[in-house]
Amino acid sequence: MTFVFLVVILALIWAAVTGSFTLLNLLLGGAVSALAVMFIRDRVDQPYFLRRMGRIISLGALFFYELALSAWRVAVLVCRPNMHGQLRPAIFAFPLTVQSDQEITLLSNLLTLTPGTLGLDVSEDKKYLYVHALEYRDEEEMIANIRDGFEARIREVFEQ
Amino acid sequence: MIVEALFYLAGILLIIGALFSLVAVIGILRLPDLYTRIHAASKAGTVGSGLAFLAIALVSFDTAVILRAFVGIVFFMLTAPISAHLLSRAAYMAGYKPYDGTVYNVLEGKGGNSTKL
Repeated sequence: MTFVFLVVILALIWAAVTGSFTLLNLLLGGAVSALAVMFIRDRVDQPYFLRRMGRIISLGALFFYELALSAWRVAVLVCRPNMHGQLRPAIFAFPLTVQSDQEITLLSNLLTLTPGTLGLDVSEDKKYLYVHALEYRDEEEMIANIRDGFEARIREVFEQ
Repeated sequence: MIVEALFYLAGILLIIGALFSLVAVIGILRLPDLYTRIHAASKAGTVGSGLAFLAIALVSFDTAVILRAFVGIVFFMLTAPISAHLLSRAAYMAGYKPYDGTVYNVLEGKGGNSTKL
């Protein structure tokens, strides 16, 4: 976090010093700051910054892919004449392995925007996330998809 | 040349976005209960408005507008799942049952005039 914070501050200073707050100039300032901070990255005590950044980008990429797929699937589903035959709604419990509130919130929000799932509630002991699914086929498979997809990557992003 | 291409691209994005918004509405009308309807509203709706924002960003040629368009997309993605979650949870706790075609319900028997699931 220190790294991102530093880069943002430095980019703003860059824009102020060069006297123009255009997007291009801010981006250039950000690039220069990132380069500068990378040289002293050992001292801002974030040695795994690049690895973590890569994981955040990979989580973001997965999310946009799933969002596009999700919107497409819903579109195809509701335009089908025999929609009710295809529809198999269900509420199931997803056993959480992530612990912190931030991770659970992020997971629930990402799930809501991805194919056929909607975060409904978290059990009181934070062990289960209740998920509403649009096309429920196989519980094992759905849980495995979430666990190995979003949950695994969120854990990677948050681990120190 | 590039400017023209941008305008065409923005037009295409607008049309696709509008179609997704239309699909969201069709979904809300056709799907059987609140929980399934929220799926359509939150997913297709988010993509629809996100694409419209993107189209604005492409043709505005103004940094302030571009930045605000991207902030708009981010806010949509932050607020759509939260409101979907709040609505569905509140509905479940108020005792609104999933429709009869629901194949499996782990929360069967819970909810309904209670504050906890």
